[in-house]
This record gives sequence, C-alpha cells and structure tokens, in this order.
Amino acid sequence: MVKVADLVDKLNASVICGKDDLNQDISFGFASDLMSDVLTLDTDNLLLITGLNNLQTIRTSEMSDISYILFVRDKKVSQEMKDLACENNITLIECSYSMFKACSILCEMGLEPVY
Amino acid sequence: MVFTFCIEGGNFSKAGSASSEVKKILKQLNVDSKIIKRTVVSLYEAEVNVVAHAFDGDMIVEIFPDKIAVRIEDKGPGIPDIDKAMEKGFSTATPKVREMGFGAGMGLPNIKKNSDEMNISSKVNVGTKLEIVNYLK
Ligand SMILES: Nc1ncnc2c1ncn2[C@@H]1O[C@H](COP(=O)(O)OP(=O)(O)OP(=O)(O)O)[C@@H](O)[C@H]1O
Ligand SMILES: [Mg+2]
Repeated sequence: MVKVADLVDKLNASVICGKDDLNQDISFGFASDLMSDVLTLDTDNLLLITGLNNLQTIRTSEMSDISYILFVRDKKVSQEMKDLACENNITLIECSYSMFKACSILCEMGLEPVY
Repeated sequence: MVFTFCIEGGNFSKAGSASSEVKKILKQLNVDSKIIKRTVVSLYEAEVNVVAHAFDGDMIVEIFPDKIAVRIEDKGPGIPDIDKAMEKGFSTATPKVREMGFGAGMGLPNIKKNSDEMNISSKVNVGTKLEIVNYLK
C-alpha cells in the first residue's frame, strides 16, 4: 500500500485535481497506454499509470471505478480532461518521469501489480 | 423505465457520454456497484465500437426490477464474420482509433465477460445490433 501524498513526493509529481484526499492508500498499480486493456481489469483501489492523455483515459477510469490516474512522460492534462475528472472525483497527477522509471519507483514503494 | 441515447460515429470527444449517463441513473437507483461496473464497462465498449467502427447509433436502456436490458443499434459497415470479431485480438481499427487508446480487439470478448446475456447480429453495409442483459441479483 502506498499513500498518495508519498508517491507524489517521491515522483516529483504534481496533483492537478482531487487535492483533498491525498491521505488515501492505494494498493495496486497498472501501467498501460491501451484503454482496451484497462477495461478488462476488475481490481479495486487501483492507480492507472499512463502516457495517454485524452478524454477517453478519463472516461475509461470513470467506467472502471479508477480513482487515481498518474500521467507520465510529462503528458499534460487538458482543461476538458480536468473538468471531467473533477466531476467524477478522479484524482489526476502529472509526472515528468518515463513510465519505466515511475513504475520502478512505485514498485519499490510497495504498490502491487494486478497480475 | 426506458432511456434512449444517440451515439455519433467518429466523435471520440463525446464517446462515453451515453454510458456515463447510464452510470448516473444506476447509481441513483442504488444498484450494486459491482453490477454497475460490469454493465457500464460493457456499454462503454459498445459505445466506443459505434464511434470507432460505425456511422451513428442509438443506445436504448430498459430498467426492470430484476434486470437491465440494453440494445445498441447502429448504421454502419456491419460485421461480416461475427465469430471472428468475437475472438480476442481481432480488430480492423484504423490508426486514428489506435491513437485514442483502442483497437486491440478486446472489446467484444470483454462485453461477453461482463454481461449475463449477450446477443449480436449484423448485416453488412446496413448495421449492427448488440443486446446485453445484466441481472440485478
Ligand atoms: N458496431 C460495429 N460496427 C462494425 N464493426 C464492428 C462493430 N463492433 C465491432 N466491430 C468489428 O469487430 C471487431 C472487433 O471488435 P472489438 O470491440 O472486439 O475490438 P476493437 O473495437 O477493434 O478494439 P478494442 O475494443 O479492443 O478497442 C472490430 O475491429 C470491428 O471490425
Ligand atoms: Mg471495441
């Protein structure tokens, strides 16, 4: 389990929306740029790690009950994405590290893989 | 209760808005969250399929005391070989669709996994009809 505030700190990341619940613990991580893959998961309490920054990333998370998205490779969230995420209580985090670097740090911190 | 939503082919910025409305309705009706997730994931996959592969369509949602029945009908190219389309990994998605994060050929198998009943019929050059039923156990 990893506290949101801790991973933001370790990844030098910034929270774009959903600043209120940074004390929550997250159990699992899943890294993908393919929403088709994300939609096949049935894991609760999951952090999605992705470099795909479009509205469908937020829609996919909304449908899959994913409450935390970490955007890697310095991908920036658009205003539209931010609005949709806020509406659905999804926390968005931006980080400039590569997906591999971000995942290895998260793994070391104790975030668990889905499979 | 019956609700009807329009789905615009090719419009990825609106893709998912119908499924999102359905999610809000099911939440308001206090449907079990696991059943909501299974249902809206199926609907979203189907909605994205219309956006990605067809011209336009409708999502008709009927809510009964014991089940949710949804029909997604589109005008489009249709599916020539449904058995093939149901296989994991089969996809005719364009590069544009892949750029949006889709086109892995996982959608139809995932709908099957997430619904209690699934029925698909299609006519080439006319359109496709997908029916999904989930019970509110
Ligand atoms: N509504 C539709 N109209 C026409 N063809 C369709 C429709 N839905 C699915 N298909 C065909 O069936 C194939 C498989 O669909 P499926 O949803 O499993 O995968 P996909 O949409 O290609 O990728 P993914 O769902 O993983 O993003 C599609 O590539 C397409 O050829
Ligand atoms: Mg699909």
